[in-house]
Amino acid sequence: MAEVTMAQALTQALRHTMVEDDRVLVLGEDVGKLGGVFRITDKLQDEFGDERVFDTPLAESGIVGVSIGLAMAGWKPVPEMQFDAFSYPALDQVISHLAKYRFRSADTMSMPIVMRIPCGGGIGAAEHHSESPEAYYAHTSGLKVVMPSSPIDAFNLLVRAIEDPDPVIFFEPKGRYWSKESGDLEPNGLPIGKSRVVREGSHGTLVAWGGMVHRCLEAASAAAEDGVELEVLDLRSLVPLDVDGLVASARKTGRVVVVHEAPMTAGFGGEVVARVVEEAFDHLEAPVLRVTGYDMPYPPATVEEHYLPSVERILLAIQRTLDH
Amino acid sequence: MTAVEQPKDAIRILNPDGSVADREARESLDLKEEDLRALYRFMALARQVDIECTALQRQGELAVYPPLIGQEAAQVGSAYALAEEDFVFPSYREAAVALVRGVDLVEYMHFHRGTRHGGIEDPIGKRFAEISVPVSSQTLHAVGWAMGARKDGANACAIVYFGDGATSQGDFHEACNFAGVFGAPVIFLCQNNGWAISVPLARQTAGPIWKKAEGYGFPGVRVDGNDVLATYKVTREAAVRARSEHMPTLIEAVTYRMGPHSTADDRSRYQPQVEIEAWQELDPLVRYRKFLEAEDAIDAAFTEQVESDAKDLAASIRKGIAGAPPLDVREMFDWVWGDLPPVLKRQRDEVASLLEEAGDG
Repeated sequence: MAEVTMAQALTQALRHTMVEDDRVLVLGEDVGKLGGVFRITDKLQDEFGDERVFDTPLAESGIVGVSIGLAMAGWKPVPEMQFDAFSYPALDQVISHLAKYRFRSADTMSMPIVMRIPCGGGIGAAEHHSESPEAYYAHTSGLKVVMPSSPIDAFNLLVRAIEDPDPVIFFEPKGRYWSKESGDLEPNGLPIGKSRVVREGSHGTLVAWGGMVHRCLEAASAAAEDGVELEVLDLRSLVPLDVDGLVASARKTGRVVVVHEAPMTAGFGGEVVARVVEEAFDHLEAPVLRVTGYDMPYPPATVEEHYLPSVERILLAIQRTLDH
Repeated sequence: MTAVEQPKDAIRILNPDGSVADREARESLDLKEEDLRALYRFMALARQVDIECTALQRQGELAVYPPLIGQEAAQVGSAYALAEEDFVFPSYREAAVALVRGVDLVEYMHFHRGTRHGGIEDPIGKRFAEISVPVSSQTLHAVGWAMGARKDGANACAIVYFGDGATSQGDFHEACNFAGVFGAPVIFLCQNNGWAISVPLARQTAGPIWKKAEGYGFPGVRVDGNDVLATYKVTREAAVRARSEHMPTLIEAVTYRMGPHSTADDRSRYQPQVEIEAWQELDPLVRYRKFLEAEDAIDAAFTEQVESDAKDLAASIRKGIAGAPPLDVREMFDWVWGDLPPVLKRQRDEVASLLEEAGDG
């Protein structure tokens, strides 16, 4: 079994679907010759030509808007947004059209578009390059919102997203692009809509997605040294949310801490807490807590370590639930 | 690949060899000899700042830096044409404009170090807006400021800097349209440097940039952006039009990105070396220096002084940047709202207690 990075796995997923389905298109800023600023589309233009892999003018609303038209012409566009915070000019197209086309056509057509968005911080990037906007998208009905945490699942999830008939917002935790994992690149993993337990435990559950899954695994290892066995649940799919999987883990451990990079207020963690409280209330031993970014714009690179949930903050939250 | 020479219709006063291309335009410039020297000084300082900041990034002292090398004439010529009360709306590559406008470059470069966002303390007082990274978003701010200034009867104009890639964004077209409809005293200064990261101009727009103005009902001009005198002249005229006639102008300053998009960019993947070399022959600093020498406007003592000043400025930036401590993150909680809501105060208290535990209280 070969070892791959998440970046390589994503490239292979694009390549895999482009070979399988000649209607798949890759478009965006610098996705051609440059291969994208993170090289996720590396060499795809060489292999598939510039009719199927092409640079667009610098206009995110335009990229998503024409993707909608391309889909109506029978193509399957996979537009790339260069960075999280550069996806905002496209929000009108995403919210008003991409998410609603099936509904507005009374279920007579679908919008098979996968919008890839690198997200998250921790890489010392410039302003507007480290944000976690998943809640904006998750709040928009009609979109599916997913975020892998590991290379092998990234391959599986991206292939499944492109095969999905509905629009998928595919977040790529850029801090994990260079993380490695051994395994076969096959689209035979979990489907969209299912969470996965990445570490079993009995004393509490850490719920996370994307880059924070790894942070939670670090916290779980540290807790294990003190005899606290934490379960780590990787949601993978925020919409649709695997409520059953989430509730099962909450019922099993009785203590839940949700961890995400985005600010706390109206973050997706609030949704997770609500589901747990609604469906596992009688099994809870302690209040469900959140460890998140703070309610401020993503801060400058030199202080981002204080903003991102740390192992220490996660362990403090777990301790609060244990002390309750 | 982009063009390796200036378009024929670009307004030009100096030829690439420094000789005067348009004697009449040269004579009509309202520039004294000290102004001619000041233009050179700013360009030379900007070049040195750029070299220093690229080095600072390589040494890990800046998070990332977008070099402006090759664009000194376009930035210095246009910025020098402004009056004190005019308002600058920059993108993220305008360190030379900041220099001309008297912005403290240490403060400015702390943006690129990742010390703080925005980069400008007191933008209103400095007449220099926060550095804007989302491409083209600042074009609308400039138009809005100009609309407001006009309502107040102010004798001032706004100038907004952006690149060729920015002309693809809806914001640019909306800004032009608002400016035309409301008669906003604004100058759209497009530095067409040929590349938007890896995408050449031909893949960005199928028509000339300067001609887009016509559809919005105001003049567009194309100028040799490596000719500091020509850039000064067209900006000066646009500023007069803006202030006295409330007429916007779109200036396309044709120049070239002689460096990478940013220090994080690998341009060997897409930017042809022959093209870079061809444009090196059109270096704006060399051209202008040859002109000044031919005019006897500068001597060895002057250029030596400029060289020494440039080194001093670069050293002062290094001194202010290298090893500078991060800001106290606790302070940033006060920057989010005018007052500190209770929920955010609790979050700040959490950070404070973590820092105190870590012995950094």
